[in-house]
Amino acid sequence: MLLQQLVNGIVLGCVYALIAVGYTLVYGVIELINFAHGDIYMLGAFFMYTFLNFGVPFLPSFVLAVICCIIVGILLDIIAYRPVRYADRLAALITAIGMSIFFENIALLIWGADIKRYSREWIPHFFKKLFINLPNEHFQNVFLTVSYLQITIIVLSIILMIILHLIIHKTKMGTAMRAIAQDKRAAALMGIDVNRVISFTFALGSGLAAVAGIFIGMYYNSIYPMMGYIAGIKAFAAAVLGGIGSVPGAMLGGVVLGMAETLGAGYISSAYRHGIAYAAMIFVILFNPAGLMGKRKVDKV
Amino acid sequence: MLELRNVHTFYGKIEALKGINLKVNKGEIVCLIGANGAGKTTTLLTISGIVKPKEGDVIFDGKTINNYSPDKIVKLGIVHVPEGRRIFPELTVEENLILGAYIQKDKQKIKENLEKVFTLFPILKERFKQLGGTMSGGEQQMLAIARGLMSEPKILLLDEPSLGLAPKIVERIFDIITEINSEGTPILLVEQNANMALQISTRGYVIETGKIILEGSSKELLNNDEVKKAYLGE
Ligand SMILES: Nc1ncnc2c1ncn2[C@@H]1O[C@H](COP(=O)(O)OP(=O)(O)OP(=O)(O)O)[C@@H](O)[C@H]1O
Ligand SMILES: [Mg+2]
Repeated sequence: MLLQQLVNGIVLGCVYALIAVGYTLVYGVIELINFAHGDIYMLGAFFMYTFLNFGVPFLPSFVLAVICCIIVGILLDIIAYRPVRYADRLAALITAIGMSIFFENIALLIWGADIKRYSREWIPHFFKKLFINLPNEHFQNVFLTVSYLQITIIVLSIILMIILHLIIHKTKMGTAMRAIAQDKRAAALMGIDVNRVISFTFALGSGLAAVAGIFIGMYYNSIYPMMGYIAGIKAFAAAVLGGIGSVPGAMLGGVVLGMAETLGAGYISSAYRHGIAYAAMIFVILFNPAGLMGKRKVDKV
Repeated sequence: MLELRNVHTFYGKIEALKGINLKVNKGEIVCLIGANGAGKTTTLLTISGIVKPKEGDVIFDGKTINNYSPDKIVKLGIVHVPEGRRIFPELTVEENLILGAYIQKDKQKIKENLEKVFTLFPILKERFKQLGGTMSGGEQQMLAIARGLMSEPKILLLDEPSLGLAPKIVERIFDIITEINSEGTPILLVEQNANMALQISTRGYVIETGKIILEGSSKELLNNDEVKKAYLGE
């Protein structure tokens, strides 16, 4: 039971982490809480659904859905956030909330309010196979099943996080992101096209959110326009938990939250499932506002 | 090569520059001196495209660059080392310098330029892997100038490089500025330390509440009674 909960928690945590880094990246670079970020995750799941529904094979659908989300993320920044970039913080915040509502309504309009499911035949058989299925003849008292889908989520999340880390720390674009996070004006004086780097930041976050949305679509096999709202708040809680602005913090926060949620649901009551995320966030804000890995302002991104 | 013609710059309704005329020719060190809030920084920010003039023209190598974005202006070869250094405190010296060469695509060139700034500032080689923010004020100023040199500027704008530094270090910095200039880079130097600035520059401008009130060769300005009284403390 415990082992099973831990595995489920890690899977969920990886998904939260994938979304949370998007919040933290954007916050780190331009100090904006992108409330519409959870909706990009939702759109990822729906784009995937649409492509699969059109008969596009799994892998191309996956890639296309991610690309679409990246484009939406970039447009979101250019159209909605860029005009208020140097305005009041409140203006940007209200814009973000407005964009979130906008995306949810667009999704309602296009896909309708009822729950959509990926058909069995759309998803490669591989993901349904079990990687571990206990008890067997060697382990008679252990109860644990792990699917290839779960393994894929964990492994791909880890790979994506490593790639993200390398982008941020080893590439010119990543160094420019960190520079902008520290001093936008000085970055512009280096000849950095600040808007382009911010677009890139949105692209990164949106791409990862799309991957998360697609996986959750496959994992729970139920997608709906409001799914981004709850997942968004939880991922945001994870980002706060880890120290908003800190990428390793968001990863850690995501996994901690995923585990807390599954363990809480399993051992206390599944009614508290969502409450645990909020409780964790409030707890952190009260006792350690900088978060698990936050160092207050410094080492953002 | 750089010229400001009747430049007016506003912050909202506040007119910070009220018709600035200023010129920097090839090979010169030109200094711009003035009191707090006179508009020195605004003049440099207007040149580097961070703020836009409402009226007048900024002309570089014959081109009007008023509407260029800051990154385009850097690509033209105008490099602005900002007031208060503004190095990236959470990046290493190395990363700061690499960012200085952001517009340079040629890796080999970046390496050569690194070697060049190391000969000017040997301390930066020693501190290569150190975080910028952990260095002393003087070292940070050197890093800021070195970072500016990494893109091989055609003209260098320096905003109060002596700010908050001990006299010994100020002397070093001014020696280095002279050296950079002697290798061919024209410099527009903004300073409150009028005495030092006038000693190393060819020409100077005096700015007061957004207007140039005096200009001339630095020798003339050093001997000008008004300048002596207001800026040299004599
Ligand atoms: N962002 C801003 N918003 C509004 N007013 C500004 C802004 N920046 C500067 N000012 C005003 O513009 C005028 C010129 O400022 P500027 O910074 O150019 O002066 P300065 O000569 O560089 O002064 P210092 O020697 O103190 O650096 C000042 O009156 C200042 O208050
Ligand atoms: Mg100034």
